[in-house]
Amino acid sequence: MAASGTTLSDIVKRHEADLLVDWVAALRAADARRDDLIRESELREQCREFLSLFGPAVAAGTDDVRTAAWDPVRELLAGISRSRAQQGFSPSEIASFVFSVKRPLFARLRQELGGDGGRLADEVMAATAALDQLGLYTTEVYQTSREDVIRRQQQEMMELSTPVVKLWDGVLALPMIGTLDSGRTQVVMESLLQRIVETGAEIAILDITGVPTVDTLVAQHLLKTVTAARLMGAECIISGIRPQIAQTIVHLGVDLQGVLTKASLADAFAVAMRRKGLRVVKDAGRGSDVGGRGLDRT
Amino acid sequence: MDRIPILRMGPFLLVTIQVDMYDQLALTLQEDLTDLIARSGARGVLIDISALDLVDSFMGRMIANIAQMSRIMDARTVLTGMRPAVAITLVELGMQLPGVRTALNVDRGMELLRAELAAEAVATTGDDEWEPAPQAEPGHADDQP
Amino acid sequence: MPTTSPDAARAETLSIAVEADVVRVRQAVRTRAAALGFSIVDQTKVVTAASELARNTLKHGGGGHCRVEPVTAGGRVGLRLVFEDQGPGIPDVRLALTDGYTTGGGMGLGLSGSRRLMTDFDLWSEVGKGTRVTVAKWK
Repeated sequence: MAASGTTLSDIVKRHEADLLVDWVAALRAADARRDDLIRESELREQCREFLSLFGPAVAAGTDDVRTAAWDPVRELLAGISRSRAQQGFSPSEIASFVFSVKRPLFARLRQELGGDGGRLADEVMAATAALDQLGLYTTEVYQTSREDVIRRQQQEMMELSTPVVKLWDGVLALPMIGTLDSGRTQVVMESLLQRIVETGAEIAILDITGVPTVDTLVAQHLLKTVTAARLMGAECIISGIRPQIAQTIVHLGVDLQGVLTKASLADAFAVAMRRKGLRVVKDAGRGSDVGGRGLDRT
Repeated sequence: MDRIPILRMGPFLLVTIQVDMYDQLALTLQEDLTDLIARSGARGVLIDISALDLVDSFMGRMIANIAQMSRIMDARTVLTGMRPAVAITLVELGMQLPGVRTALNVDRGMELLRAELAAEAVATTGDDEWEPAPQAEPGHADDQP
Repeated sequence: MPTTSPDAARAETLSIAVEADVVRVRQAVRTRAAALGFSIVDQTKVVTAASELARNTLKHGGGGHCRVEPVTAGGRVGLRLVFEDQGPGIPDVRLALTDGYTTGGGMGLGLSGSRRLMTDFDLWSEVGKGTRVTVAKWK
């Protein structure tokens, strides 16, 4: 095995220049339509670097690419895989980057060892074993980097979908829209409590008009938020509880006693204004309805 | 022996907890506070915990006890500045501290104490049959031995 | 079962013999949880659970020790805490896990509360031999 590793790495080293030319040509031919995604100079540089690291790794005598000898190669491929994932390459296109070195490499092996069928087979097998693992490795990296992107987007969406807005000096509102799962509820609640501290708001309105259903866990999270806000010195009002949700809450046996609930956000806001000693009065000069009750006619 | 300092501000006592609490320290504070309420006749206690990054069930119980004990001695307690993470954790732990008044910060806490004292004075004057309500807030703390 | 990650900092064992040790356990757990990138809320939950359990070890177990170890499983990172004592043990484990059950003059939220604050909770106890509580929180 060690002897075969040496032969392979020798051949890679001696033929590095022409291997590079053939490999890049093969890649260009296969990826003709991806000219838009990557420049030839960049591609050539990546290939050159791979060959310069591949030789020494093979020389270490093991074709298990998870071993330390292969660290530099894996590192290079991880970088390539990640940048290509961003550039829009598919996972199979990324893996072919590695696989396409086989043809030029085997051609050189045949040229050097053509007479010795046994050795040729050994070398081809060793090279295939390593290159196949490396190809799969790029796919693995591709997948993890995609998962990272998805996770980040989920996080961003969660933050975007539930803005904490200031209704008045000292009055915050959290209009929640869409299905609440317990993870999202938790994140939302934490950001509401944080905003209470930042703004010094003493009243926060949790509006769930846009929430179709709640389950026990979500109802309990809402309740816990109300309690936590109280411990901090702020009061929460829950508004917009739909009839179905009211029924669910009662059926689930969730105790909303001690929690101030209002039918609509407008009603909750009216309560908040009263608490702050403010009221909305009609401007005598204007005709339009700006009274507090007029707000919830929509 | 470590002690948490208690400040007097007019008719109120002010406690700012800024060190890592351990049980003996909490118990000492509880004793010192009830002692001082009795001696000074303070009408309100403000406990600020904005520097605390943790309140466990023992500290929670200590706070609830202080509120209850001072209530019996005719002083009300306001707890101020609890951090969101601490509040969430306390609720998860199962402690809701019923009967403890809270405020976002020391300023609001003092407002609350003053407002309650004023409301009480008015209420006492309202159905006044036996004694006029104490008028001057400062100094009141001293009129008991 | 999660396995200990080779690189992400080694396990650390702290003795719990006096009250000041409870504070030291809290600080050690806080440092670890922060280093692992737990959110402030999760850090607070873990540290609070550690505080409850360390107090139990001291008061009911007559002292013992706490092992703090970062763990990984399936790409997730977590923090595991093991509290162990050679105290009298708990005769009725189920009862001890009930909210409000207390022998130490507390509110009886130590065990049941820390169970709610952590993701994993395991309690082993044998009368006359001691008690071991293993808890973990995953990021």
